Amino acid sequence: MKLKKGIPLIDQGNSLGFWGGKFGGNFVPETLKKPIEDLEILFNKLKKDKKFIAERDKYFKNWIGTPTRFIKLENLTKHVGGAQIWSKVVSDANGGAHKIYNATVHCLLAKRSGKKIICGDTGAGYAGKMLSMAAKKFGLKCRIFMGAKDIERQQPNVRAMKKNGAQVIPVYSGSQTLVDAVSECMRFWVANCDTTAMCVGSTVGPAVFVRICGWSTSQISRELKAQLIEEFGCIPKKLKLYNCVGGGSSSFGFWNEFMDYDKKQCEFIGVEAGGPAKSRRHAAPLTYGSKIGILHGAAQYVNQNSDGQIEETESISAGLDYPGISPLHCFLKDTKRARYTAASDEEALKAYKLITKYEKLRPSLEPSHAFSVAIKEAKKMSKNTIVVVNSCGDAYKDKKILRDRLGKKYA
Amino acid sequence: MLNPIDVAFKKAKNENRPALLTYTVAGDSTKNQSLIILNTISKYADILELGVPHNTPVADGSQIQTSAYRAIKNGIKIEDIFWIVKKYKKNKNSKPIILMGYYNMIFQYGEKKFLEKCKKVGVNGLIVVDLPWPENKSFIKKCQKKSIYFIQLLSPTTSKERLNKIIKVSHPMNYFISMLSTTGGKLKVSSKKIMSNYFKIKKINPKKNVVIGFGITEKSIKSLKKADGLVVGSAICKEISVSIQKRQNPVTNVANLVKKLKYKIL
Repeated sequence: MKLKKGIPLIDQGNSLGFWGGKFGGNFVPETLKKPIEDLEILFNKLKKDKKFIAERDKYFKNWIGTPTRFIKLENLTKHVGGAQIWSKVVSDANGGAHKIYNATVHCLLAKRSGKKIICGDTGAGYAGKMLSMAAKKFGLKCRIFMGAKDIERQQPNVRAMKKNGAQVIPVYSGSQTLVDAVSECMRFWVANCDTTAMCVGSTVGPAVFVRICGWSTSQISRELKAQLIEEFGCIPKKLKLYNCVGGGSSSFGFWNEFMDYDKKQCEFIGVEAGGPAKSRRHAAPLTYGSKIGILHGAAQYVNQNSDGQIEETESISAGLDYPGISPLHCFLKDTKRARYTAASDEEALKAYKLITKYEKLRPSLEPSHAFSVAIKEAKKMSKNTIVVVNSCGDAYKDKKILRDRLGKKYA
Repeated sequence: MLNPIDVAFKKAKNENRPALLTYTVAGDSTKNQSLIILNTISKYADILELGVPHNTPVADGSQIQTSAYRAIKNGIKIEDIFWIVKKYKKNKNSKPIILMGYYNMIFQYGEKKFLEKCKKVGVNGLIVVDLPWPENKSFIKKCQKKSIYFIQLLSPTTSKERLNKIIKVSHPMNYFISMLSTTGGKLKVSSKKIMSNYFKIKKINPKKNVVIGFGITEKSIKSLKKADGLVVGSAICKEISVSIQKRQNPVTNVANLVKKLKYKIL
């Protein structure tokens, strides 16, 4: 299994949509074969269409707001004492997280295909919030599927979705989190694919959804590359890119433009959700060596029992609380291009406390996982090492959890 | 030797009626009870589909989901499902059995080992909801070697070109999904439309049996009786759920329902 240079990773799958011959694919009910094929044809055409790219860039620039900031965390660097710690503040984007890129592109595609309704899944509520924003912007009706447990713990985003006119449909089956929301959204699409477009909220699902999402979030690394060159005059000799990984959309987008660099120069570190320190449950299939299985239309490493039933996950961060992982990350793991590790709930909270103490930055619980590992490892690194953490979401949505776990001061 | 599935279709044809196919979830609500249900409905049904419950079923509506979650909660494992089939096949009035499920369960068990086990306990056919053509190319060959039918699903969204390709490689039985829906949805298209789609498929190769499923109930079954076979699933799963809720015997209630379904198509 090998990465190819000079070809975007999203286009390195084989004719059946498998990366490395075994990750991804299209394990979908027959009814979805045609709508997926239609979407593939449309996407393959438009991603080469200069007019479409110009349109995308126009909305990215004027509506989402690009570029998001690239800042040095001076105080934190001083406190940690080691590598320089920087952050790409993707939460600057309209709506407060990276999910806006994928949502915008899906709405543009839906418009082109003549669909009037768009449905989507959400965990932390960001994918749903952004899809509701984009749907409103582009005049599409919007339905969001969200686990009942997530609705309870991510209220600010639920309110935002409703305000944008989206219908939020609570999902009560299974663990009542993201995994069930994605299943329910796919079921809805099965029954309504003639009138409705589907947006999968991360780089997961049938191959075309993995590709569209990866193509969209890659905006992050396009910006970062330019910002690094502006700041340092070149791509630094020792660059470490830390990102949390749930489905894997922000991390993939954060790394994509650096894919062809040697990993000794640009190292990718993906941080999964290890769950509560005392729990056996986690949402870290790559770190803890889960077996390959099929979930939501794609082959991937996934938490499951010996019978092939998908196992329930546990994490303080709803956005990382997913038993599977993007086929792109499975491929990056097996080709050893990226390294994956996990942070526990407690470690993420500790990192959040530390960052907010030293910096004017409020990363949500998802990127707090990445910060946790970055801070730990930066200590042992030389001063000329550039550590960049993607702060891909804002903590506003986590108010309730932060108040409960850390007290009023942090909420 | 004819696959018992062919025999069942032949018998129904001789009686000038469609074959009646039932779908129940293995282990719903317990291992033993689902076996008793199979034994009891054998009197009326021609082919029995047995669902392999999965906890992320992307094509099933709420009735079948409820049955599947109930079975999993009550501890059903894949080995128990093979046990059910094995026991059932000892019944001298047993009917052909089709296992229906999602690919991950087969993938984890191992394709080869799964098929060997199916063969051993007497499974006659397989429906794998999320293993469409061409992804199923190699698996259908493996099924063929074991004389187990791999039943291809066809949908109203399946293009003409694709229909031709699938039917060409398909085994003697195919499954037409009546409408755009998960299982158990309300029939949102007319029976006339469904039958007209059905005959288009049938014309491609009249020798292959095509059954219709999704959304078929006591009410609608009669209007579709020109098909080779009709599948009722969600309505039966619902009957089990309702029976449990009302503290009635699911076995008797399901048997009565299947009996009624049978009379509708005679």
